[in-house]
Amino acid sequence: MTVGVLALQGAFKAHVSKLKLLGVAAKEVRVPADLDGITGLIMPGGESTTISKLLESSELFNPIAQRIDDGMAVFGTCAGLILLASSIEDGRADQRSFGRLDIDVQRNGYGSQIESFETDLETTVTLEPFHAVFIRAPRISRVGPDVDVLAETRDEPVLVRQGNALGAAFHPELSQDLRIHHIFLESIA
Amino acid sequence: MNEQSTTTGTPLVKRGLAEMLKGGVIMDVVNAEQAKIAEDAGAVAVMALERVPADIRVDGGVARMSDPEMIEGIQEVCTIPVMAKARIGHFVEAQILQSLGVDYIDESEVLTPADETHHIDKWAFKVPFVCGATNLGEALRRISEGACMIRSKGEAGTGDVVQAVRHLRTITGDIKKITQADQAELFEWAKQLQAPLPLIQEIAETGELPVPLFCAGGLATPADAALAMQLGADAVFVGSGIFKSADPAPRARAIVEATTNYMDAAILAKVSRGLGAPMTGIGMDELDVKFEDRGW
Repeated sequence: MTVGVLALQGAFKAHVSKLKLLGVAAKEVRVPADLDGITGLIMPGGESTTISKLLESSELFNPIAQRIDDGMAVFGTCAGLILLASSIEDGRADQRSFGRLDIDVQRNGYGSQIESFETDLETTVTLEPFHAVFIRAPRISRVGPDVDVLAETRDEPVLVRQGNALGAAFHPELSQDLRIHHIFLESIA
Repeated sequence: MNEQSTTTGTPLVKRGLAEMLKGGVIMDVVNAEQAKIAEDAGAVAVMALERVPADIRVDGGVARMSDPEMIEGIQEVCTIPVMAKARIGHFVEAQILQSLGVDYIDESEVLTPADETHHIDKWAFKVPFVCGATNLGEALRRISEGACMIRSKGEAGTGDVVQAVRHLRTITGDIKKITQADQAELFEWAKQLQAPLPLIQEIAETGELPVPLFCAGGLATPADAALAMQLGADAVFVGSGIFKSADPAPRARAIVEATTNYMDAAILAKVSRGLGAPMTGIGMDELDVKFEDRGW
């Protein structure tokens, strides 16, 4: 199994390290040809506006959308979650997303960097709580009926799944814990 | 949920933002209009300051923290992180910037230092700090004071990349040597670099600086940005290089694309075409004031 990590900008190397620890081949994706041979794609944290622009200039947007339609599993963290959301509140007019999670997200919904936080999350997919890091995180303000909520904090969803798309408002790639990456890999196998 | 378990301003949270900025371009802006151009071009963050380094050089005098009104004006138009500069050792400027809710503080040698001996105790703040360094010892002293990101200093406001290359190579070169050192030699490295032994030991183990290493100071072209990235920078700061060039918006976009595709010469060639004149620049040997010498 080879899993791609969108490497246009952001914390893609942290995801690559996690995949290696799980014994999975990782491939950095910067141009359409990099999509060949991958069975899943991780969209990392970073600046969603920057990544959105680079998806256009690198001509990756349409090929990725096609691969997701064909059933490729995708996992978005923070900015990656925004890229998967069907609606971005107060986003930029030219900001695009793949719309594979029927959710509304608000960018930087928890405030500026000073409000960024870490917390222990109860999840429906891990037995013990998961220690999660939120960095200028997006806030999920609405979830559609077909979306499974796998974890909440402050009574709001922060880990969601719909079909072949998994999204986290936080950064499992920055935690010393492989369980959520493992859950994503299980969805590919 | 248990409110007790939620914490802010931790080292992981502070360093986390630096992780998110990796592979990106942070652009100096002096007003809301430039901030919009920077964000439109794909900047990952903007550095709000009153004058770009090239103008600070021309104007001379004392350079200080920017007017809070100007910083707020930029925060209002930006959805990306906003950074601002405080003078070296000027912890009150840093307190003010934190109260404004800036996302990162740059304790910067580009401004006139406020303290000739001490840097800011950065552990005392919730907001993360970036500091400049010309060598590994300086970088590790800043990290021991609480910096969560290091930028190689280069020589700001010159458009001359030579010092950025020198500083980046000095830092990464010493890191490589430390990974080859035996236990006894690590004590000597700590002494030579005037840096804390535990940080030296950490580098020996991981082969990396304990925090992200960005590159700044003199970058003016897409090729300059790609050079910094190939030399091991995690991301780049471009100051005067964008808004002192003939046509800032296309140049800003080109530098963003070059930073992502820094290994792909064909893409670098494509984005380098037809950008108009870069900033004129000043050669290193023509300088009266060297910002890189500020910091202790």
